[in-house]
Amino acid sequence: MADNITPSVGEMSSPVPEQPSGEPRLRLRGISKTFGAVRALSKIDFEVYDGEVVGLVGDNGAGKSTLIKVIAGVGPADEGEIFVEGRPVSLTSPQAATRLGIETVYQDLALCDNLDVIANLNLGREQISPLRVLKETEMEKKGLEVLRTLDVKIPSVRTLVASLSGGQRQSIAVAKSILRNARVVLLDEPTAALGVAQTAQVLNLIRRLREQGLAVVVISHNLADVFEVVDRVIVLRLGKRVAEFSVKNTTPEQVVAAITGAEFGQLTSAAAQANGSLGE
Amino acid sequence: MSDTIEKNESPGSSTSAIATSVEVPTTAAVPQKRTARDLLRGDLGFIPVLVTLIVIMAFFTIASGGIFLKPENLSNLVLQIATIGIIGLGEILVLLLGEIDLSVAAVSVFCAVVMAVLSERVGVPGVVAILAALLTGALVGFINGFFIAYLRVPSFIVTLAASIFYSGLLLNMLAGQATLIIRDPLIIGIAGTPVSFLPDILGIGLPILGVLLYALSVSLNFRRRRRAGLRTVSLTQLILQIVIAFVIVLGVVTLFQSYQGVPYATAILVALIVLFWIIFTKTPFGRHVYAVGGNNEAARRAGINVVGIRIAVFTLCSTLAAVGGIVQASRGLAVASQIDPVLLLNAIAAAVIGGVSLFGGRGSVWAIVLGGLIIGSLVNGLALLNQGTDVAEMVEGAVLLLAVTVDAVARRLQARSGR
Repeated sequence: MADNITPSVGEMSSPVPEQPSGEPRLRLRGISKTFGAVRALSKIDFEVYDGEVVGLVGDNGAGKSTLIKVIAGVGPADEGEIFVEGRPVSLTSPQAATRLGIETVYQDLALCDNLDVIANLNLGREQISPLRVLKETEMEKKGLEVLRTLDVKIPSVRTLVASLSGGQRQSIAVAKSILRNARVVLLDEPTAALGVAQTAQVLNLIRRLREQGLAVVVISHNLADVFEVVDRVIVLRLGKRVAEFSVKNTTPEQVVAAITGAEFGQLTSAAAQANGSLGE
Repeated sequence: MSDTIEKNESPGSSTSAIATSVEVPTTAAVPQKRTARDLLRGDLGFIPVLVTLIVIMAFFTIASGGIFLKPENLSNLVLQIATIGIIGLGEILVLLLGEIDLSVAAVSVFCAVVMAVLSERVGVPGVVAILAALLTGALVGFINGFFIAYLRVPSFIVTLAASIFYSGLLLNMLAGQATLIIRDPLIIGIAGTPVSFLPDILGIGLPILGVLLYALSVSLNFRRRRRAGLRTVSLTQLILQIVIAFVIVLGVVTLFQSYQGVPYATAILVALIVLFWIIFTKTPFGRHVYAVGGNNEAARRAGINVVGIRIAVFTLCSTLAAVGGIVQASRGLAVASQIDPVLLLNAIAAAVIGGVSLFGGRGSVWAIVLGGLIIGSLVNGLALLNQGTDVAEMVEGAVLLLAVTVDAVARRLQARSGR
């Protein structure tokens, strides 16, 4: 376990094969969940490979958040199986997910504004000396390495997180998950509420994560952003997985049609085609 | 993981390259010049408070014809604020969580009564009575913390209820007696006798040892960061920092020695401040307290035991209240059934005036020094000018309101510029 976590912090060029092969890092099979009479998720299959960015899209109420909560261990599924590297696992708590290398960066980022960047990066995982004193120098060195790997630019790692821009805060939240040995990173609406330049910054960050060989899941409403960075798009509608596209041979219009359930013969056949071509 | 990093670390050149590639000055995001707004936001830390203190001291010095600044008066002043300082220190810990403890005054008197009753009526040795008072404080704080952190009752209500409850309980324990005189030599030796001063060798030696240790520690840290290729302050700044520390400590020592020396009560206060300063800046526990105060949800998600941290902090706060109560009882040679009505307000005021935010997560334990000195100077100075409690309370109320307003406004500015 210890040798395959946080890949190549320091050695930046570790090319990952374009086409995913072998066991997916994370696979969900037949996931269902109901809230009272509402069926939030219905027999969902989902998989993400190392070095791949998957976009999870869908309209409000499509089940994106519910699915993320299942993966993050916050709201376990009623039925279905989950595999990490082919091994069946149970995600019944956030701690269980963390142990399996699954980290979620929520929209609210969960940063402490009153602490500096290094303190935030190491929060809850501080390095201490035998006398239980914080090893600030070591934590700062490690933090700097991870930030460099992700190509994050900030004025100083000792500035309070409160004074950073939205994009920088997002970067810190992601870097935190890397420091926590993430293998799968879930990003919930990472570009919502960000300006153009900052969005570019975050998209660049996501590419960096892929270069590092991590499995990345991006939940987003913004199809332009999704198309710029993801390899595959999975569309949910009313709790069902309705389509899967490879972004290479898909147009945003086709994805929109799948999201809204528009019955344009042309589009659906194109979607089916795209879907088929991916399955090989 | 640590292995891969170790391998890549060749000390010096390579890591400093990392620092420079990440830490890029961005002119747009961060203003390089400090503005009045930064000052309000607390980026300059204690300087506005220090200026306020100097203004107040200058005013009373002139108004009292120089009596205020005489060593015997200043020595008296630091003795007066020892109790407020110790209790206020505990209050700071709770404020850092974003909570409040309204029971500190009642708890401090209650614990002192426990000590006095055990020592004078039951006849146990003074040291046992003192330990029992401290344990009582810890237990009271634990119960407060349990209700607040575990059962999630607002701290405002829990501690208000505790305040009323322990005021009643202490009356009950005193059984109608208004004042219980303490005769135990150990207890009154803490602050109540003419010899309750550190011997000169300690009064001069300990502060100098402390400042030497401080200089050594910042220098070692400076060297370690340089070697690791991390950013450091410039060498001039480091030397300046050490020189300032020496000047302050030597100045304070000279002041004390020019009268009777360092009172035990002051030594206890300073020792506690240094202890909690180390705990709150150098250990994971302290870091986690700030994290919980800054963003409870983030702390919880980071795997911090939020409930445990809260209970521990309330326990520490009430234990410090007990220490304050013991010092106060020793100084007054007695415990009284009456709780000083302004003790609670003064303790909270000292903390907030010193720059600890009521909203949690911001402030240092050193705030109690400046905050305590401001409150102490007002009380002492107004007494020198023959002003009664009426004026003193009005001035204190106004100063407290001002401090809290600055805190609230600063917080709003920060929220606005934060994102």
